[in-house]
Amino acid sequence: MVATEYYLGLSVLLFVLGALGVLIRRNAIIIFMSVELMLNAANLAFVAFARMHQSLGGQIFVFFVMAVAAAEVAVGLALIVTIFKTKQSIDIDQLNQLKG
Amino acid sequence: MIPDLVLFFGLAGIAIASALGMLLSRNAIYSAINLIINFVTVAVFYLLLGAPFIALAQITVYAGAIMVLFLFVIMLLGAERLRASRTLAWQQPLAILLSIILVLETAYILILRPGSLSPPTTVSAGFGAPQAIGQTLFESYLLPFEIISVLLLVAMIGAIVLTRRERLGEKKEEG
Repeated sequence: MVATEYYLGLSVLLFVLGALGVLIRRNAIIIFMSVELMLNAANLAFVAFARMHQSLGGQIFVFFVMAVAAAEVAVGLALIVTIFKTKQSIDIDQLNQLKG
Repeated sequence: MIPDLVLFFGLAGIAIASALGMLLSRNAIYSAINLIINFVTVAVFYLLLGAPFIALAQITVYAGAIMVLFLFVIMLLGAERLRASRTLAWQQPLAILLSIILVLETAYILILRPGSLSPPTTVSAGFGAPQAIGQTLFESYLLPFEIISVLLLVAMIGAIVLTRRERLGEKKEEG
């Protein structure tokens, strides 16, 4: 059994890559995928801690995070489609006004 | 111990490489497929950590439902390749610098205390099995479970309303 530090290290690396994706990419869909990657990294840490403490609470929490991620993706992608319909672009640098 | 480490580092390499591929590829479709590889690798980590139910939920919900939704939207919007616009030129190096600082900080913390977080070598049989998860879910976490169902309903209605509003507006303009 690999020590929990290794899983935490991997989780941190994946989280940082996701955060980097949000900061340096301009395609709204790829930014969204980076958010999913960050959620996934947090889930990995949750499951690693659940194994360490022999408690199922962490795994249940991952289950809830997955449900929230599914809801978030449904609404977020609907938003992206709506924005694309009005602006003809999903470049986030173009989205600089609140009025549609 | 050694086969475990080899397995861990092999899978970790795949996970980080696919995350980098997601980050760097110009085409959104390749990004989505790299992210699917990443999700499946993380599902294998869940299996290694004694969470078979979560691993399969990861594959069905993330790699199955969520990424298929992403691929639908990418194909709907035509997988456009954005030209490199430089409105905030200083943002990219700053983001990379801050990420490196964050990684170094966490590496410092993790390396400073080696071995303090080692998990037990064996867990009780049935740990993380669907039966155990279901029992915990409906005994201790019943209220959050119900709230999640309401949240999913709200998200469904929200998605329908958001994509429908445009069409109603067009009809009004026509009439």
